[in-house]
Amino acid sequence: MEQSSVLRENKDLLILGIESSCDETAAAVIKGGRTVLSNVISSQIDIHTLYGGVVPEIASRKHTERINQVIREALSDAGAALKDIDAIAVTYGPGLVGALLVGVAEAKAISFATGIDLVGVHHIEGHICANYIEHKDLEPPFLSLVVSGGHTHLVNVADYGVYEILGRTRDDAAGEAFDKVARAIGLGYPGGPKIDKVAKEGNPDAIAFPRAKVAASVYDFSFSGLKSAVLNYLNSCEMKGESIVVPDVAASFQKAVVDVLVENSMMACAERSCRKFALAGGVASNSALRAAMEEACRAGGIDFYVPSPVYCTDNAAMIAVAGYYEYCKGVRSDLTLNAVPNLPLGER
Amino acid sequence: MKILAIDSSGLTATVALLQDELVIAEYSVNYKKTHSQTLVPMLDEIRKMTDLDLASVDAIAVAKGPGSFTGLRIGSATVKGLGLALDKPVIPVGTVDALSYNGWGYPGLVCPIMDARRQQVYTGIYRFTKDKWEIVKEQCAISVAELVEILNGMEGPVLFLGDACPVYAEEIRAGMKTEYEFAPPHMSRQRAAALGVLAMEYYRMGRIETADAHRPEYLRKSQAERMRDEAE
Repeated sequence: MEQSSVLRENKDLLILGIESSCDETAAAVIKGGRTVLSNVISSQIDIHTLYGGVVPEIASRKHTERINQVIREALSDAGAALKDIDAIAVTYGPGLVGALLVGVAEAKAISFATGIDLVGVHHIEGHICANYIEHKDLEPPFLSLVVSGGHTHLVNVADYGVYEILGRTRDDAAGEAFDKVARAIGLGYPGGPKIDKVAKEGNPDAIAFPRAKVAASVYDFSFSGLKSAVLNYLNSCEMKGESIVVPDVAASFQKAVVDVLVENSMMACAERSCRKFALAGGVASNSALRAAMEEACRAGGIDFYVPSPVYCTDNAAMIAVAGYYEYCKGVRSDLTLNAVPNLPLGER
Repeated sequence: MKILAIDSSGLTATVALLQDELVIAEYSVNYKKTHSQTLVPMLDEIRKMTDLDLASVDAIAVAKGPGSFTGLRIGSATVKGLGLALDKPVIPVGTVDALSYNGWGYPGLVCPIMDARRQQVYTGIYRFTKDKWEIVKEQCAISVAELVEILNGMEGPVLFLGDACPVYAEEIRAGMKTEYEFAPPHMSRQRAAALGVLAMEYYRMGRIETADAHRPEYLRKSQAERMRDEAE
């Protein structure tokens, strides 16, 4: 890929975004970097729910079946044709490799057939950039916490396209912990929204689950210990013949996750004297996390940003926004672009 | 009539440009790079080398399956993107059917075998009589033992070709009673030119579909689906 560091914005640019890294097939058209003209998401959640989680091979097959229709709908909703598009932004990592490959192959074929420029986009960069859509005033530098089913990253956004990872999970992603605990207490998949809902009826201080710290690296997260603590609690209740109050378990577990996420984020903001904080990723839809993070930011005099839930879930508008800033910096991908399932943030 | 033909169903990446009775260009690679890295750059190479105006292409042919799931999807998503951008139809061609065209004119049975893992091959049985191509057994996934048994009940000779030949050569030698031989290397892997010639026939017969409707035919369910079926 080619890259320069000078950002040359063009408010007339139309970017087509394509996203297929997990179980949503998505396409979107955005104008001038932050105006969403269309945002189409075809979710596969119903089929994966049958298996209690995302099945990579099924996800890849479904992407192949849906991708053309999703792209056509995004173009038509935007009132645009391919000839109007200035660049195609496609997620090339991280994610499920078979799923990523569908979007990448499709985007490369369209780029090859039309001559439209191609920009490979990092999925987490997309999540962070989702904040630009509804917050026109937000500009780097700021700190961001990206929390989803696959990622838990505390990131310093130094500039457009310039990222420094301060902390990350050592084991399970936050969303993954939600899924595993939800399964254990019989709520099923997807765990995040289900725990969020049930927890509203429960007492978050009913059970004292641990707040895990990673000794060597203060901003890192660890959720597998918490997950084990929940499973041990459930086992011991069963041994003792005590009944489990599901809303209390859900609320107490959720609070343990939220506390750690908020604490590490606020510690980073304080140490870096950062006045702007942006939450992002699928778990940013969690109502307890949104409320707690907003409250902590307010108490610390920090401007708080979070996307609407539709831009927290995997979508292509956020990929197009990230692609816009990369494109304006001169980034172009060639036809050898490949899917990179473990792509590090800030690298190409 | 002009068609682009693409096959990324196996280890070979192969693309070709055909016009009526002529193969204008064919580019095949058997190398360790992934199809994701090679396929579109190979198409681009053919475009540049032959001054191809992509708008002049009438249809895009693709190996629809069986084959490597990921390989099939790379080919499928590529032709879907091409079809969407160029507003052209797709000609889906069975991978094993196309492979059999490598053995065009062989005086006996042509039997492509592709390594399908799990002790199976993707295979089919074909016969060429005069100018006619005949499917004796439709493409399927079966064990080599099963295939050998079927072929032993047929009149040979049999020409084996495909990437499973080296994998199952011993088993074939041990089991085959009918006369047989293995194809030489230039006939033994996917060739987009052969796929394109068969696709021309299909196009004339109207066997085309829209790029939107196209999807691979895997011949196998995903492992998760199989386990779910077994559990029920």
